[in-house]
Amino acid sequence: MRYLPLTEADRSAMLETIGAPDVDALFSDVPEEARLTGPIEGLPMHASEMAVEKHMRRLSKKNLAASDAAFFLGAGAYKHHVPASVDHIIQRGEFLTAYTPYQPEIAQGTLQMLFEFQTQVARLYGCHVANASMYDGSTACWEAVAMASRVARGKKRKVVLSGALHPHYAEVVKTMAKFTEDEIAHASPALQAQPDNYGLIARIDDDTSCVVVQYPDILGRVSDLQPIADAAHEKGALLIVVNTEPVALGAIKSPGEMGADIVVGEGQSLGVGLQFGGPYLGLFAVTSPKHVRQMPGRLCGETVDAEGKRGFVLTLSTREQHIRREKATSNICTNSGLCALAFSVHITLLGEKGLRRLAMENHRLACHAADRLAKVPGVSVLNDSFFNEFTVRLGTDARAVVRKLAERDILAGVSLGRLFPDNADLADGLLVAVTETTTEEDIETLASALEEVLS
Amino acid sequence: MSAPNQSGWKPGTPVEDHNAMSGPDTVTGNRALMLEEPLLFEIGHVETTGVDLPEPAGAATRLGGMDRAEAIGLPGLSEPEAVRHYTRLSRQNYGIDLGFFPLGSCTMKHNPRLNEKVARMPGFADVHPLQPVQTVRGALEVINELANWLIDLTGMHGVAMSPKAGAHGELCGILCIRAALEARGDARKVVLVPESAHGTNPATAAFAGYEVEDIPATAEGRVDLEALKARLGPDVAAVMITNPNTCGLFERDMKAISDAVHAVGGFVYCDGANFNAIVGKVRPGDLGVDAMHINLHKTFSTPHGGGGPGSGPVVLSEALAPFGPLPYVVRGKDGEVHLVEEENADQYGHTQSFGRMTAFHGQMGMFTRALTYMLSHGADGLKQVAEDAVLNANYVLRSLDDVLDAPFGPSGPCMHEALFSDAGFAEDISTLDLAKGLIDEGYHPMTMYFPLVVHGAMLIEPTETESKAALDQFIAALRSVAERAKAGDATLKTAPHYAPRRRLDETLAARKPVLAYEEPVAPSGQPTMSEQGGR
Repeated sequence: MRYLPLTEADRSAMLETIGAPDVDALFSDVPEEARLTGPIEGLPMHASEMAVEKHMRRLSKKNLAASDAAFFLGAGAYKHHVPASVDHIIQRGEFLTAYTPYQPEIAQGTLQMLFEFQTQVARLYGCHVANASMYDGSTACWEAVAMASRVARGKKRKVVLSGALHPHYAEVVKTMAKFTEDEIAHASPALQAQPDNYGLIARIDDDTSCVVVQYPDILGRVSDLQPIADAAHEKGALLIVVNTEPVALGAIKSPGEMGADIVVGEGQSLGVGLQFGGPYLGLFAVTSPKHVRQMPGRLCGETVDAEGKRGFVLTLSTREQHIRREKATSNICTNSGLCALAFSVHITLLGEKGLRRLAMENHRLACHAADRLAKVPGVSVLNDSFFNEFTVRLGTDARAVVRKLAERDILAGVSLGRLFPDNADLADGLLVAVTETTTEEDIETLASALEEVLS
Repeated sequence: MSAPNQSGWKPGTPVEDHNAMSGPDTVTGNRALMLEEPLLFEIGHVETTGVDLPEPAGAATRLGGMDRAEAIGLPGLSEPEAVRHYTRLSRQNYGIDLGFFPLGSCTMKHNPRLNEKVARMPGFADVHPLQPVQTVRGALEVINELANWLIDLTGMHGVAMSPKAGAHGELCGILCIRAALEARGDARKVVLVPESAHGTNPATAAFAGYEVEDIPATAEGRVDLEALKARLGPDVAAVMITNPNTCGLFERDMKAISDAVHAVGGFVYCDGANFNAIVGKVRPGDLGVDAMHINLHKTFSTPHGGGGPGSGPVVLSEALAPFGPLPYVVRGKDGEVHLVEEENADQYGHTQSFGRMTAFHGQMGMFTRALTYMLSHGADGLKQVAEDAVLNANYVLRSLDDVLDAPFGPSGPCMHEALFSDAGFAEDISTLDLAKGLIDEGYHPMTMYFPLVVHGAMLIEPTETESKAALDQFIAALRSVAERAKAGDATLKTAPHYAPRRRLDETLAARKPVLAYEEPVAPSGQPTMSEQGGR
């Protein structure tokens, strides 16, 4: 077996050193009746690299890869071009096969990278400090809600969720809130060109620990969050801003500039790839220094070594489960280190100039797509404002249209019926995302196919 | 010992009278292959980019008037500079590819490269989680096939695949337990956790709204069954037990513990962090476990990546399976695999789910890697994995228990990890000092000061992917460092001497946290960037 270096001679010699007659003697603490005597039945035996690769390739071929289709899906996961050097770097064994940097003298590579990553995320979000990453955007969103509850010392129990928050993120918050007994105020969005920010503000009261809004929102709309921030702060609540498309922040104001207290998001767009939903990269940042010690997750900080040289360590770990146990700020242990590296390398390759250009190219193509689709009879574009994703109304059940177009290798977008199955009013809505990987030809393919299907 | 190579050095021989660090200072601070690397913010520039993109045409935007006016402050690097920056950083890291990484309870085994190749196949890597189901049948089959492996290997009834990591899996299991209790109108308040447990266990139970109480241990490092029984009652929702436990021992009384917990209406959560020791040898389902997370990044070889991503599917008993989270994947009567979400949960009889834990389907990139690993090893190979992992750990234990104190050594064989204490060290030498001494010998240290129940604990998990020769060299190195620790060798206090950095001041880092880079302010008041230029 190719991953097992011990030879039979080694095993015998080692058993002799140990003083055990055979390997089963080492399992003597396992009750006899629970011990399995042979390989578990019904499972295959070992296989060669070639045979396994063939099996897995066969499974992979049953999927339609995004790059083999005219592709318009978004809704929290975006297809962007990832430079080849990103994947090369994250496959360096020293990054790929390292552990959490608990021995900083031999983990400066990971630690310096995390320090750079934290700085990049904080700047992108317009925040003071970002942590070293969470599992994904949806879990980071819940962690932010939980943090707001800690900041309110459990005295405020109401969480106001914008209806235009990604419904899966809202579901995660609702799931967890069932167990923490936070009260969740939430309803699905209305199909309007502008989000109902005043309706949201009206739901904030003295018992509100936090308000959660998405920017750009689930329908792709972009609006000023400052009035929501002001209203939240007036009631002593925190504003949590969720961003699922970091590339957008190359074109639009940062949430930190508009009064957000906690900014969380999904970092998958940069470096990570689609991967059928995971692993992704949760981003988490705060705007106020006074909230740093309430943050969940790992933090990397600068220090010096015994010779006075600059170095980096994991720090403020008295917040964390391995020290605080049941009093920790979160039970999180793992972060999303390798995805954080991919994100950081990608954003380093872009730099400020590249990120702004990337964002504007996304926006230009999205504007083109919106204009083209608006010309399809029966299709109307909902949004006045958007970045690289917008909502169209088809006048018919969008899920059926999506399925029909998939048969032609056109992945037309995410139907609102899939995201909000309980809200029939949204059933004719389709979310269309356009990135730099979308060609004008793809847009034409989608538009003409829609013309046919809707006629 | 092997024959000398042409340099005259042969494996295992100390380099005498040569201090690698002696010699003149260098202008750059570099020492040949040991290269210093500035921060990105000191070498990059906001006008530099390593990606070719068109210049914006200046057309009107539709950004709702929220167009960004402020600078972000993100320096860029060209591709050659970026590749060099990160390659140089990588060389300041230790990894399994470089050497032995005996971190107890972390299962730092070899990460097969076939796994990486498979995960990058376009049909897996380049698929969106919300694509129409008809275009992702292969992805759903991977999830289903892996789920079946996990069920068969553990003897359980069902599995929740979406948890993102071990601690997320723990939360999933505890939430299943809470949902099951609530479904029968039973509001229990307490979760019992042994003192030797991972910190995530009590943190998880507290997060789910439970009071956490300790379970006492016996002198030989296992759960005290009688004390546990005495504490059990109608207020106990669950016990969380790690098996094999963090002392590296199998909980012999696991079945009796489960029976006792079930008898009072509670549930048994097993922390599966140490499943590598028993995969293919024992099925937790046969021991009465109700829920157990499996760290795919431990037992099933997906890379640790410097701290993640992980993946923590949770196997569930028949009593808990109906409460598992959405979405999940099931093979229907039609033979096709189906995705079960909120809207079609009725159709598959999964109406009692406690909800959704994460936006999408879990760590697909880890599923493809783990399944590739399982298929490579097969049922026979996985059994051999557990046997070799346990053999290697016992070999380390018995090769060193004359020089290091093994508190539970006398009670019999260990499982996959060997536990030592600092008993016998010179008064001013600590476990930390020994660990740093091991760094100088070219090793990643073992887990230190965990479990908390042993003074100055050193937990060594060699895994099955180390050869005997590699273990022998490690044993010789640790023996030497242990002897120095007992003799009070003061040079251990200042170790490591040969790492890219000497000991780092963690107190300073916590007292005056610097958590992001700030440009030094030039006399003009304008921040400077790239003042230090090249390398």
